[in-house]
Amino acid sequence: MTATNSEATLPAQGIEAPRSGRIDPKYLRSNPSKGSFEMVAWVFMRVSGAALVVLIFVHLWTNLMVGDGIHQIDFAFVAGKWANPVWQFWDLTMLWLAMLHGTNGMRTIINDYAEKDSTRLWLKSILYLASTVIIILGTLVIFTFEPCLVDESGTLLEYAPSFCQNVVN
Amino acid sequence: MPCDDAGKVTDVTQTKSTPGGRGTLYRGREGMWSWVGHRITGVGIFFFLLVHVLDTSLVRVSPEAYNAVIGAYKHPIMILGEIGLVGAIVFHAFNGLRIILVDFWKQGTRYHRQMLWAVLVLWFVTMVAFSVRHLMIFFEGWEGF
Ligand code: HEM
Ligand code: HEM
Repeated sequence: MTATNSEATLPAQGIEAPRSGRIDPKYLRSNPSKGSFEMVAWVFMRVSGAALVVLIFVHLWTNLMVGDGIHQIDFAFVAGKWANPVWQFWDLTMLWLAMLHGTNGMRTIINDYAEKDSTRLWLKSILYLASTVIIILGTLVIFTFEPCLVDESGTLLEYAPSFCQNVVN
Repeated sequence: MPCDDAGKVTDVTQTKSTPGGRGTLYRGREGMWSWVGHRITGVGIFFFLLVHVLDTSLVRVSPEAYNAVIGAYKHPIMILGEIGLVGAIVFHAFNGLRIILVDFWKQGTRYHRQMLWAVLVLWFVTMVAFSVRHLMIFFEGWEGF
C-alpha cells in the first residue's frame, strides 16, 4: 500500500484524497466515460440528504410528536393534512427525494457487492422497476386523493373528516 | 497540528494503513464502523419507505382498509419498531450531515472523529427525548390489546 499519488495528499492532514487512482481494478464497474454521471450522483446524495433532514424530521414531528401522536393517524388525519397544498407539496418532495436518494444508495451497494455483470444487471433492473412503481404510485395517491367520500345515497361516510360536513350537502 | 517533532502523527488520521496502525479516514476504527452503520440504516430505511408508500396508498382503496392497516402501527410491538426506525433515521441523518461536513468543510477531515462523537451524543439525546414522548403518548391513549 505504498504506491500513492502525492499530488492527491491533503497538505495539512496527510490523508490521501479518496479515489486518487488507487482503486483496485476489481472494484471498477464501468468505463470512465460515466464520470460525469457519477459526479452528479455524488452531489445529489449530499444535496438531497441535507433537504431530507428537514423534510423527514418535520414529517415525524407533525405525525408522532404533537397532538395525539401515533393514535391520531387515520384516514381523517391524512385527509386533513392533504387538504393543505403545503403538505401535499411537502410529501411529494419528500417522496421523490427520499426515493431517488435511496435508489441511488442501493445502486452503489449493488455495485459494491455483486461481482458478476449479470447479477448486477438483474438486481439493478429489479431496483429501478420497484422504485419507478413506488414513485408513480405515491405521486398519484397524493394528487388523486378524495377526502369526502360518500356512499350510493350521497351521505358522507363515517370516516370522513369533519370539514367535509361543509363541503357535501 | 498533525505532526509534532519526528513526524509522529498526533492527529486523528494517519496517511497509510500500516498493520496495527490507526487506520485511515475510511478503513478500520471509527471511520469504517460509522460507514457500516450508515449503510445498514440506509438499506433499512429504503425498505421501510417502499412499504410505507404502499400502506399510505390504501387511502385510495378505502378508509376502512387504511385505518385497519395503520392500526397495526399502534400495537406495542410496532411502537418499539417505530423507536427503532426513528433511531435508524436519526443516526443516518446526523452521520450524513457529518459526511457532508467532511467533504465540504475545510477542517472536516481533521475533525471527522470528533464529529462522530458529536453525532453519537446528539443521537442519544434525540432518542431519549423521542422515546419518552412516543411512549408517553402511547400509554395515554392505549386501549389494551
Ligand atoms: C413511524 C414513523 C412514520 C409515520 C407514523 C408516518 C406516517 C405517515 C402518514 C400518516 C402519511 C400520510 C400523509 C401525511 O401525514 O403527510 C405519510 C406519508 C408519507 N411518509 Fe410517512 N410516516 C413515518 C415515517 C416516515 C419516514 C421515515 C419517511 C421517509 C423516509 C416517510 C415518508 C413519507 C412519504 C414520502 C409520504 C407520502 C406517501 C405518498 O406519496 O403516498 N415517512 N406518513
Ligand atoms: C435524513 C436525511 C439523510 C441524509 C442527511 C443522508 C445522507 C446521506 C449521505 C451523505 C450518503 C453518502 C453518499 C455517498 O457516499 O456518496 C448517504 C447514503 C445513503 N443513503 Fe442517505 N441520507 C438521508 C436519508 C436517507 C433516506 C430517507 C434513505 C432511504 C430511502 C437513505 C438511503 C441511503 C442509502 C441506501 C445510502 C447508501 C449507503 C452506502 O453507499 O453505504 N438515506 N446518505
